[in-house]
Amino acid sequence: MRKLRSFASSLRITLVGLERAVIFSAALVVASIFAPIAQANDALKHEEHPKLYNWSFAGVFGRYDTAQLRRGFKVYKEVCSTCHSIKMLAFRNLSQSGGTEFSEREIVELAASYKIKDGPNDAGEFFDRPGRPSDRFPAPFANEQAARAAMSGAYPPDMSVLAKARGHSRGFPQFLLDALPFIAYQEGGVDYVASLLTGYVEAPAEVKIPDGQYYNIYMSGRRIGMPPPLSDGVVTYDDGAPQTVNQYAQDVAAFMMWSAEPHLNARKRIGIGVISFLLVFAGLLYFTKRRIWSKVAH
Amino acid sequence: MSGHSQYKPKSNFAKWLERRLPILSFMYDSFVAYPTPKNLNYLWTFGAILSFMLVAQIITGVVLAMHYTPEVTLAFNSVENIMRDVNWGWALRYAHANGASMFFLAVYIHIFRGMYYGSYKEPRELLWILGVVIFMVMMATGFLGYVLPWGQMSFWAATVITNLFSALPWVGPSITTWLLGGYSVDNATLNRFFALHYLLPFIIVAIVALHVWALHVTGQNNPTGVEVKDLKKDTVPFTPYATMKDGFAIGVFVILYAWMTFFVPNYLGHPDNYIEANPLVTPPHIVPEWYFLPFYAILRAIPNKLLGVIALFLSILIVAALPWLDTSKVKSGTYRPLFRKFYWAFVAVSIGLGYLGSQPAEGAYLWIARLLTFYYFFHFLVILPLLGRREKPDPLPKSISEATANRGASHA
Repeated sequence: MRKLRSFASSLRITLVGLERAVIFSAALVVASIFAPIAQANDALKHEEHPKLYNWSFAGVFGRYDTAQLRRGFKVYKEVCSTCHSIKMLAFRNLSQSGGTEFSEREIVELAASYKIKDGPNDAGEFFDRPGRPSDRFPAPFANEQAARAAMSGAYPPDMSVLAKARGHSRGFPQFLLDALPFIAYQEGGVDYVASLLTGYVEAPAEVKIPDGQYYNIYMSGRRIGMPPPLSDGVVTYDDGAPQTVNQYAQDVAAFMMWSAEPHLNARKRIGIGVISFLLVFAGLLYFTKRRIWSKVAH
Repeated sequence: MSGHSQYKPKSNFAKWLERRLPILSFMYDSFVAYPTPKNLNYLWTFGAILSFMLVAQIITGVVLAMHYTPEVTLAFNSVENIMRDVNWGWALRYAHANGASMFFLAVYIHIFRGMYYGSYKEPRELLWILGVVIFMVMMATGFLGYVLPWGQMSFWAATVITNLFSALPWVGPSITTWLLGGYSVDNATLNRFFALHYLLPFIIVAIVALHVWALHVTGQNNPTGVEVKDLKKDTVPFTPYATMKDGFAIGVFVILYAWMTFFVPNYLGHPDNYIEANPLVTPPHIVPEWYFLPFYAILRAIPNKLLGVIALFLSILIVAALPWLDTSKVKSGTYRPLFRKFYWAFVAVSIGLGYLGSQPAEGAYLWIARLLTFYYFFHFLVILPLLGRREKPDPLPKSISEATANRGASHA
């Protein structure tokens, strides 16, 4: 019996010891998560963190800047569209509210300036016809193989949802804060795209860049198949905005964001209504609940 | 809990119906007269919140299914079509995708509440096991649903998860082929995943009915863990007390849900899922949705594939064994000071595993994941059985009404 009791007390000591061990290792784990784990930070291999831009459409009250989207569309049309398709976008989308908001007439004219493959006709043949607003933007290449053949092996990705298909790690604890009101960071993709377009620099002497590849500090591995697409003055703006690579990059990134998320303005506008209503509704529910429970000790 | 029904049909129609199918008295007894402990805190509103989320997911999901095409060359575009051209399509799709996350957030709070207050203990073992079954079917449903948009993460998650079964000796490869409907994730896989994703929620509804039935037989646990002694003193009727409190809690929860849906709809998603599935390109890091991360970390922590898969399934199944692993006669953690510390350590370990599941399985991350995986099982298999035998619990109140009276006095 005494043996049993001493076994019991030793067990209790074990438990207290265990408790300390748990607290200690918990602290260790927390510390190791907080501390940036030492990584071989080979500057020549790892890409740089994208720049953070000031987007008009960021945050709760953020909305697209129509003028910027129009400039971005111009950059897309005159530069990007040579290689990149944007196949989910129809001409009519460019007249929707919360976007580039071109007039119906402008859209009819724009669509007509494209040749669209259609058919078969009554003779069983495929033919080209002028575009209509309901058509989608035709792709620059017939298929992936055709693109790779023309682009020395690289395949320019479709730009329809590209701005949401890219991102970057924000690290701990920033990634937790990103979900909160007044941060609400959803611009990882556009930050990356705009950074990438301005990320072409002279490669360091020790870095060998193979033919058909370019050095870009924001690209994973710092090598990219896309030649520097922008240079100062390459697109003429008619609204007085600076005609610089930096400006082009931001404008076309914003346009890509709109293409990926065309209903963003409506979403945020409706969201404000929904949440305002819910706050009032929850408040009313709370006071009703309080009234009902006021006579019960609980 | 309930004896003979208190329900008295008033109208002639109610009387007519009651004689043939007593559904009105059943509803009355379950959702109006049903006695609920009067000391329940807001953690007890998550059952109602989960019911709300289940209905929300089914409604948004059924409408989305009207516009979705489960075919490998069309699936990705059909989702984008929903986002662009279907009226309110963007709202439905973001509500459904974030709804899954909110559903899991609520279920985790619900489960951890049960763990803290010992809600799995006699006589609620079966209620608890049904809950674990619901959780597992939810995980299957969530996984199947994540595959449907046919993005890169969809495709590779499907590949990784179905591949787990190939670790089983002898039958593994055949099972994997059978699950996939072929030798790799392809059209047959997408088709059956869609069919199952539509089916499983209704199975969840059925198990939820059993879960609620079992709950209404044993009655709810409560923050003291002391069973109801006197219906008059210890309980209040479900309506209006619990209905109104649940209603308010749902109202607050929906604010969070609306925030995620309307303002940070892609926060919990992965950018790679906006790239159409491509069997020839493997993403650099394949990560599941956040609600699977702790289990993913456990899977990867074990160097052997088969053992990893076993650990993954055990880590969920072991939760169902809680009624027998926790040997303490005291239910509520409120009266178990030592248990409380281990409980919070366990919560921290679970969150830590979740974080590690999102990081590459290499270097220090991998070793910490192994440590935490060990602790996860150690908590269930060693700490809980020992604690119940050895710790000295604080004195329990005699009844719920005594506990609330004391609390009222100390507040005054």
